[in-house]
Amino acid sequence: MAIEVRIPTILRNYTDGAKSVEASGDTLAGLIADLDSRYGGLQERLVDQSGLRRFVNVYLNDEDVRFLGGLGAPVKDGDTVTVLPAVAGGQPA
Amino acid sequence: MLTLPGALRAAIIAHARADHPDEACGVIAGPAGSDRPERFIPMMNAERSPTFYRFDSMEQLHVWREMDDRDEEPVVIYHSHTATEAYPSRTDISYASEPGAHYVLVSTRDPDQVEFRSFRIIGGVVTEEEIEPE
Repeated sequence: MAIEVRIPTILRNYTDGAKSVEASGDTLAGLIADLDSRYGGLQERLVDQSGLRRFVNVYLNDEDVRFLGGLGAPVKDGDTVTVLPAVAGGQPA
Repeated sequence: MLTLPGALRAAIIAHARADHPDEACGVIAGPAGSDRPERFIPMMNAERSPTFYRFDSMEQLHVWREMDDRDEEPVVIYHSHTATEAYPSRTDISYASEPGAHYVLVSTRDPDQVEFRSFRIIGGVVTEEEIEPE
C-alpha cells in the first residue's frame, strides 16, 4: 500500500496529466521529497524556505495539514493527501 | 465567451451586495468539460476583508470533493471588488489557479450601478471575454 496524492489541474503538467499519484514517506515533508524524485519541480510548487507555501492547501485525509503540524505531519500507508491551490485575491487597498 | 443565465448573474450580484463592504466570493459549478455554469455555490470569505478574499480551506475541500463526486468542475470563480473596478488586480492574477475557469468580477463600489465582467487568467495573462445571457 502507498499514500494516494490527489493533484490539482494546475499541477498536472508535473504528473503527466495524472489526477492522482502514489508516494510514500513518514511525514508530509518526506512524502513531498519522494514525489519530487519522480515528478521533478513539484516540491518547489508546494514548499518554500518557510514551509508550505501560503497559497497552497494540503489536506491529510479530511484535515488541513496546517492543523496537523504542517510539513512535520506524520503520514502512513492508506492515507490520502489532497493538494488544492487556495482560491484567493484582492484589490489594491 | 462566458454563457451565463440571468438568474446566476443576479445571484452573484445579490451575494456581492449582501457582503459589501467585505469582498464576496464563490463558484458556479458545471458538468466537467461542458463550460456550462449551473450550480451556484456562494463561499465564505475566510478573510472577511474589504480588500482581500480567500476561500475557507475546509469549505473549499468539501466543495471541491463534491464537484469531483458529481463529475463537475468550477466553471466560474467569482469575487467582488468593493472600492475598485471590476478588473483583476495584481493579486488576483498571481493567485489565479484554475486555468479552465471563467473569473467573474463584480464591483459594488457604486450602489446604483452594476459592473460585471468576465476574464480568463492563464499563466499571468488576463483576457477579457464577452458574457452572453444564454
